[in-house]
Amino acid sequence: MNVLLDNLDLFGPFFLTTIELFALAAVGSLIFGTFLAMLRVSPVPVFRAFGTAYVTIVRNTPLTLVFLFMVFAFPLLKVVKLDYFTAAVVALTVYTSAFICEVVRSGINTVPVGQAEAARALGLTFTQILGQIVLPQALRSVVPPLISTLIALLKNTTIAAGFSVAEAGAIRQYLSERGENQLVGLLWVALGFIILVSVLSVVQRSLEKRWSVAR
Amino acid sequence: MRIRTLAVGLLVGGLALTACGKEGTPTDKPAEGQTGNAATLPEYVVAQNVDVAGSAAFAKAKGAKKITIGVKDDQPGLGKKDATTGQYSGFDIEIARMVAASLGFGKDQIEYKAIPSANREQAITNGDVAYYVGTYTINDKRKAQISFAGPYFQAGQDLLIRADDTSITSKDTLKGKKVCSVTGSTPIQNVRTQKLTEDANIVEFQGYSQCVDKLLTKDVDAVTTDDAILKGFAAQDKSAMKVIGQPFTKEPYGIGLGHDDKALRDKINDTLQKALDDGTWQKIYDATLGKSGSTATKPTLEKY
Amino acid sequence: MSNVLFDIPGPKARLRYRAFAVIGVVAVVALIAFVVYRFYDSGQFAPSKWEWLEYSQVQEDLLSATWFTIKAFGAGAVLALIFGAIFAAGRLSDHAWLRGISGVVVEFFRAIPLLVLMFLFYYGLPIAGVQTTPFLAVVLGLMLYNGSVLAEIFRAGIQSLPRGQSEAAYALGMRKTRVMISVLLPQAIRAMLPTIISQLVVLLKDTALGFLITYQELLYYAKFIGSQGDFARPIVPSTLVVGAIYVVMCLLLTALANYLEKRNRRNKKVIKTSAKNTGVIVLTGDAGGAAGGAA
Repeated sequence: MNVLLDNLDLFGPFFLTTIELFALAAVGSLIFGTFLAMLRVSPVPVFRAFGTAYVTIVRNTPLTLVFLFMVFAFPLLKVVKLDYFTAAVVALTVYTSAFICEVVRSGINTVPVGQAEAARALGLTFTQILGQIVLPQALRSVVPPLISTLIALLKNTTIAAGFSVAEAGAIRQYLSERGENQLVGLLWVALGFIILVSVLSVVQRSLEKRWSVAR
Repeated sequence: MRIRTLAVGLLVGGLALTACGKEGTPTDKPAEGQTGNAATLPEYVVAQNVDVAGSAAFAKAKGAKKITIGVKDDQPGLGKKDATTGQYSGFDIEIARMVAASLGFGKDQIEYKAIPSANREQAITNGDVAYYVGTYTINDKRKAQISFAGPYFQAGQDLLIRADDTSITSKDTLKGKKVCSVTGSTPIQNVRTQKLTEDANIVEFQGYSQCVDKLLTKDVDAVTTDDAILKGFAAQDKSAMKVIGQPFTKEPYGIGLGHDDKALRDKINDTLQKALDDGTWQKIYDATLGKSGSTATKPTLEKY
Repeated sequence: MSNVLFDIPGPKARLRYRAFAVIGVVAVVALIAFVVYRFYDSGQFAPSKWEWLEYSQVQEDLLSATWFTIKAFGAGAVLALIFGAIFAAGRLSDHAWLRGISGVVVEFFRAIPLLVLMFLFYYGLPIAGVQTTPFLAVVLGLMLYNGSVLAEIFRAGIQSLPRGQSEAAYALGMRKTRVMISVLLPQAIRAMLPTIISQLVVLLKDTALGFLITYQELLYYAKFIGSQGDFARPIVPSTLVVGAIYVVMCLLLTALANYLEKRNRRNKKVIKTSAKNTGVIVLTGDAGGAAGGAA
């Protein structure tokens, strides 16, 4: 208990950064991932190819490498100067959206074919069919795997600790230099994550319940 | 189909890799210690018939006819493994070699083991290494677990900056500058607690070389840690980087030994004292860290 | 589904698609050219930054680093599969206490970041007096984290089988264990193979976290090469090389998954169960496998 109470100045702000990192990257990858999924089912073959290539490459690259590129290679492009927190958000978004894309796409596949056919018969365009008919239904059916992906994202934020973002993954190093018991400290960090993941699980259950009624 | 293409690709790649292997070091790199200005490494006389009565670590090494020494492999100028030859070099390595010679172990009877900071105490208490030489600051917390010979070098926290940067002259001119060091390390916590720069300007990575990379690409303005480590980096590229030379903490480097191994500690202290007295120490310094252009004062041994 | 989202393009639409194609390709080529130019401009393609690849010592070390990655992956995968099988069986057990314990264990390890697990084994355990090596810490972390995800995949696979399968087996007089081993597991594993393999890809990528606890795998070596002053600190080149090795290894695994899936599909008996069940699992089972992934 002392390890936690004596170092509240570490645990508090560091976990707060973790949550910020998670929230921003979650919103980013939900938007970009859905966009990628749209690319992958679009009528234009080239767009489909881009979507597939992106997902294939990113899903097969370790996240740490994505981080290395964002932090050490991206500045060489001299496009915009990112601070390390933003770089971490971008790296997490780039990586997670490939997984979100696959989840959304599997969701699109579960919507009964008749829905899209009916919409086409009404003369709706591709974007209208997707945006107004298919995606709203698809997203509801993929709540559990979507939340699983977000839980993975939450845990992945710890990697940012190696790239100049002071978040929960970096607590150990600080404790070690302060001469605190790392074993106990790490167990507290683990507990913190268990709590955060439980919150997400509760969100998942309530969303499932609400949306299954609505359907 | 896809598998076959990949397999062929791998095979070709593998062949290409193994076919054109070059031996040795890059040619444009001057060989260690032969830069002309008399900074050649000393030769160490391997002592004969040595016995350190009562030292388990020594007995073990003598029985095995080789000695295992814990070092660092990623600190240029101090303890670094050459990627192309697999050879170790640097100030710490020379000290380790000199001590080994005084214990009766020649160059080819030494086995170096790269051990990172976090595992040093564990490796020493386990007996994985006979002794450890690698930027090991002597302090009371560590003395509770192991013992130290030395100090063989007096380091202190300093700043590494770009050679053409005139805006940083001391630790008090860091305000508004980006400062980089290893995540959670004592030097960066010093910067934070002494408010040498704003919190938003503190950058932390896994290793110093990443900080140095960011220093050269001007994403950070200073790298901070022990001056010995910084001098090693500065010596790599004197035209691009320099060490300020105003250490603001005291970090005496010692040789880590088993906690109760007083016999070996005394023996190593004698060797170090002799090297400090007869100029060997100075020679080692000049041929390694001294290449950065800065001088160092001899440490005073702390015998206990 | 994707092919019912739009009509078969007419002449006008086809023209429009072709225009999109041209614009798209030009945009991507321009982007790649820009990246390559900027890297070139900042000296990333300078010979001095790539010279290290020519040395035999470097090549050997690179191979040995790859071997370290494969070694950790192999040990981690085998142990994770065993761990997953045991705890999936535990969660499906008839005994409530066993279900409870297995459930807690699986949920616990699924909630903790892999990095924190590795830190616990590497930095934490020695404080409690247990000595560990980086290899052990990496493998244990991989086993517990991916094993608990695999346990969920196995469980979902078994639960998705038609109840008639086990009922028929019991009717034939088989015991619990027999039913599980001879009837349920073979079908479930076949149905879940793609998901299992994609979780193994995640495991392979996760070995990259080992460098943070000084396990000398590929990324550790990339960092080491990247710190070599003799080669002008080639961080970007070494990352590119190592990145390519990772992508190739993961693609090989994915190719294996695709191959197995195809072979499954050819087998007529499996068509119904696997087609239906994988669909169900993606939806209801929280198959962190397909969706999750730590590193």
